[in-house]
Amino acid sequence: MSAREAMRKSLLGATLLAVAAAVGVAIVAYTFEHTAPQIRENEREVLLATLNEVLPANEYDNALVDDAITVTDPEMLGTTQPVTVYRAFRGGEPVAALFTSVAPDGYSGEIRLLVGVRADGRLSGVRVLAHKETPGLGDPIEIRRSDWITSFDGRALGDPPLERWKVRRDGGVFDQFTGATITPRAVVKAVRNTLIYFERHREELFAQ
Amino acid sequence: MNIPGYGNLLVNGLWTSNPGLVQLLGLCPLLAVSSTVVNALGLGLATALVLFGSNLVISLVRNHVADEVRIPVFVLVIASLVTAIELVMNAYFHDLYLVLGIFIPLIVTNCIIIGRAEAFASKMPVRVAAFDGLAMGLGFTAVLVVLGGLRELVGRGTLLDGAEMMFGPAAAAWRIDVLGADYPGFLLAVLPPGAFFGLGLLLAMKNWIDARLAAAVPSQSAAIEEPVAG
Repeated sequence: MSAREAMRKSLLGATLLAVAAAVGVAIVAYTFEHTAPQIRENEREVLLATLNEVLPANEYDNALVDDAITVTDPEMLGTTQPVTVYRAFRGGEPVAALFTSVAPDGYSGEIRLLVGVRADGRLSGVRVLAHKETPGLGDPIEIRRSDWITSFDGRALGDPPLERWKVRRDGGVFDQFTGATITPRAVVKAVRNTLIYFERHREELFAQ
Repeated sequence: MNIPGYGNLLVNGLWTSNPGLVQLLGLCPLLAVSSTVVNALGLGLATALVLFGSNLVISLVRNHVADEVRIPVFVLVIASLVTAIELVMNAYFHDLYLVLGIFIPLIVTNCIIIGRAEAFASKMPVRVAAFDGLAMGLGFTAVLVVLGGLRELVGRGTLLDGAEMMFGPAAAAWRIDVLGADYPGFLLAVLPPGAFFGLGLLLAMKNWIDARLAAAVPSQSAAIEEPVAG
């Protein structure tokens, strides 16, 4: 094969590849354009549904999904990343702050939580957003597996007293599960730390 | 390569060279997503759609793509299709999309797809290639659904749990508590090892059926041939 011919062949191949890439990008771009609004809508709905599990929709009147601030406190919120806090108001008065806190010390990695704290410092509810705990052992922290997570409802920093904010095995008031102590221990600690954070920063959190 | 008939292609995809049971391709999603019927059906259909589309497109361009850049072009075609399907699922089957998660984009790496593209679609007329993609996809879906049914039944005692993710809110009622609402569940079937055991059982069953068929056929043909030989 002469050098000219080889050159021609590689150019042809390169052109083909470029055309294929362009067509591929066009297909993806076209699909993206047509699905993007629906996808954004879906994501908002999923987020809002999750937030409303922790704080019922009739308790606030602002656009909860849009009223988000980020705060960073690796020690109390469990992650070096900024943590999103959704703020609920009613008639301009603070109702609750919903923290996307992290329990860093789960049995297999981080447990991502949504912790709803009312303006008076009581918990409106807690939900697990994502976790990698062992199915069947650690996953009763999910609301669809057990109602354990609702045992936080209405609790506050002084209720139970701070030294009893632990699982039973550690002398606290919260149940652990058969065969799994590490998972609930991590969740209890993360919720307690979130409450401590809220206590310390209440004013700034609700500042407009 | 001879051009096979549609009947042959169908039998091939669903049974004789079934991707999941004979070629043993695409086992990663097969094992990972087959924990319930609905998850299995969702990923199976998405894979079948990609397989159909990629076989179709690759057969269309088969005479224009130089051999040297063949594989990269195939990969581009497959990746674009998968991304488009991922976006569509995200938009219109959002709950299912959330459950299947990473396994939708990972369809790109499913060896069945590039395998069929390279070994079949790149040498066959468009209609035959497209039909082969469909048959192979359905074969893969069938194995996924049977394995999903097995694991869901043994692991959770239900069938069709979560059907509303695919078929709309009305389908929530499709869930069947086969083993009663107070079935304690069998964790092993839900965990990955359960998928291996289940697939092993299916493989054994297929081989057993094939062996029975093979044992039945020669004795028959022998009976017919005997007089001729005699």
